[in-house]
Amino acid sequence: MAFLEIRAARREFNTPEGGKVAALDGVDLDVVANEFVTLLGPSGCGKTTLLRSISGFEALDGGSITLEGQDLSKLPPFRRPVNTVFQSYALFGHMTVARNVGYALEVAGIPKAERDAKVADALDRVGLSGMGARKPSQLSGGQRQRVALARAIIAKPRLLLLDEPLSALDRNLRQQMQLELKSLQHDLGIAFIFVTHDQEEALTMSDRIVVMRAGRIEQIGSPRDIYRHPRNRFVAEFIGETNLFFVTIDRIEGTTALARTAEGVTLMLPAAGRKAGEAVTAILRPTDFTLSDQGLAGTVTRAVYLGSDHYLFVQPEGGGQEIRITARDGLAADAGAKVHLAHDPSRVHVLEAG
Amino acid sequence: MAIRRQSLILGGLLAPVTLFLGVFFLLPLLIIALFSVLTPGLYGGVAWSFYHWNYGRIFGWADGIMEIYEPIYLQILLRSLGFAAMTVVLTLLLCYPVAFWVSRLPDSWRLVFLFLITLPFFSSLIVRLYAWLLILKPSGILNTVLMATGLIAEPMEVLYTPTAVVLGMVYIMIPFMFLPLYSAVDNLDRAQIEASMDLGATRAQTFLKVMLPQTLPGIIGGAVIVFIPSVGNFIVPDVLGGAKGLMIGNLVEQQFLSARNWPFGSALSMIIMTVVLTVLLVSVTRARKVSGHA
Repeated sequence: MAFLEIRAARREFNTPEGGKVAALDGVDLDVVANEFVTLLGPSGCGKTTLLRSISGFEALDGGSITLEGQDLSKLPPFRRPVNTVFQSYALFGHMTVARNVGYALEVAGIPKAERDAKVADALDRVGLSGMGARKPSQLSGGQRQRVALARAIIAKPRLLLLDEPLSALDRNLRQQMQLELKSLQHDLGIAFIFVTHDQEEALTMSDRIVVMRAGRIEQIGSPRDIYRHPRNRFVAEFIGETNLFFVTIDRIEGTTALARTAEGVTLMLPAAGRKAGEAVTAILRPTDFTLSDQGLAGTVTRAVYLGSDHYLFVQPEGGGQEIRITARDGLAADAGAKVHLAHDPSRVHVLEAG
Repeated sequence: MAIRRQSLILGGLLAPVTLFLGVFFLLPLLIIALFSVLTPGLYGGVAWSFYHWNYGRIFGWADGIMEIYEPIYLQILLRSLGFAAMTVVLTLLLCYPVAFWVSRLPDSWRLVFLFLITLPFFSSLIVRLYAWLLILKPSGILNTVLMATGLIAEPMEVLYTPTAVVLGMVYIMIPFMFLPLYSAVDNLDRAQIEASMDLGATRAQTFLKVMLPQTLPGIIGGAVIVFIPSVGNFIVPDVLGGAKGLMIGNLVEQQFLSARNWPFGSALSMIIMTVVLTVLLVSVTRARKVSGHA
């Protein structure tokens, strides 16, 4: 039995027009202990509703949620062994940082001396030692984030839920917090369920990613799995930059299948499972192409400098949509240059029927 | 140069209100303060000589000839404070749950309700109080209904009692309590309430530790706005109060209009103002401390 089991979870909301829309449309998910799971999807995909169903702020219309064999659906939020880091942090403005952090212990009736020691420990853990006497309004955004985190872990929940907690931070701080969250999760040895719409965040931190769309799970897998082997076009386009080619297989040559788009752009695909005349979608990431002396001919239309890399838009000679590639600094080409693109057939991911 | 121009513009904008308040608020206040230590004139008005017995006959020193110490004045002051405090507590108890209910209504219904709350302001206070007279009098609506249903055998004596005065004041003060309360309740951060429950606080704990402290500025605001006019109110006791419901406002009114003892009325007014000002200062500083706003 998995640590957390979600079965056929269903939740409907009334739309202003009087109709119904399913925020969760039959969601099944297992989370094992100590796992870092990310719910990823565009806004409105149901990821926050799923999180709130686990914390108890949304009641399911159907299905069940069990944590370590215990049915959660009958428990009010304050009886669930689960804590949440809220998107807005939701710090209590009228309390000091220390009282915010110790709140879970305070309402549980833990004596003050014991509480103070644990609060100091939790503040230390998130790097806010000595800030206990301040009010949340006297802290920076990053510090508030850490207070919210300390407050949520102090009662040692079995499962920590994080609702887009990093979305309000600037890029550098966000990347730093991503690594800190990951190591915190490792130290605490508890499961994290992290909600985000930022695919980069999901790839950096997760053991597994759950990609959601319109109340359904599109794919569950490791970050590498999701990135290299998306199950459908939605997942491919949502995770990372993607070049999609709608191709027809021309012929098979050994382990390589030669394929061609309607505009005549030719690609090499892995031959396994392919047969001539078949129509498939080929997925290549920008890093899968390299600039070369031969291969697909085209013209660079735009070159964007990204620091260590260049991001190039290449218009194939035969026509069709532009191909986006990344090239190392020093190996890149300028706009207007004629280039050839090579790719390794084994790196191409194939979707049968897009 | 720019700063100088800005302060000139600011001065120009503030001048009319300063002038208005100076002439129509500050000056009358100073006159009352001055009158309160002057000798009452024989046929009303004042004689221009210092006279401390105005305060003496209230607080316990008097010459015993011209002015006699009467503990009744302090009693009436205490009674007024008591009535005002009861009005504050009752309006608060009535309005607080309603504020939560209204803040959860759909937008359109919320507007309807807020309109209903302000509806009494569209008609005259006196007329509304006389309507209460019709309800409360021995042969009035209240007694007729209660007797018809057999709940009571004889008419209740409600009119011309302290109960009637507090009832009337609660009635007219409800909108003043409701609006600041509603604004505080409506501004409650739902995420913080959820965070509290998420961290294991029961509904009661969440109310006491999160919702109550966060709506405290609204509670204190409403309490102050209700308390101040209630202490000095003289219309409600005039219409519904009778002798047992007399309040300090009636006393002031009598001194100025029928007894024509302006200095004594002024002294009473100054005492009301001092008490009210003290209550205001204490509550505002306390609200600041609790809600954590600098």
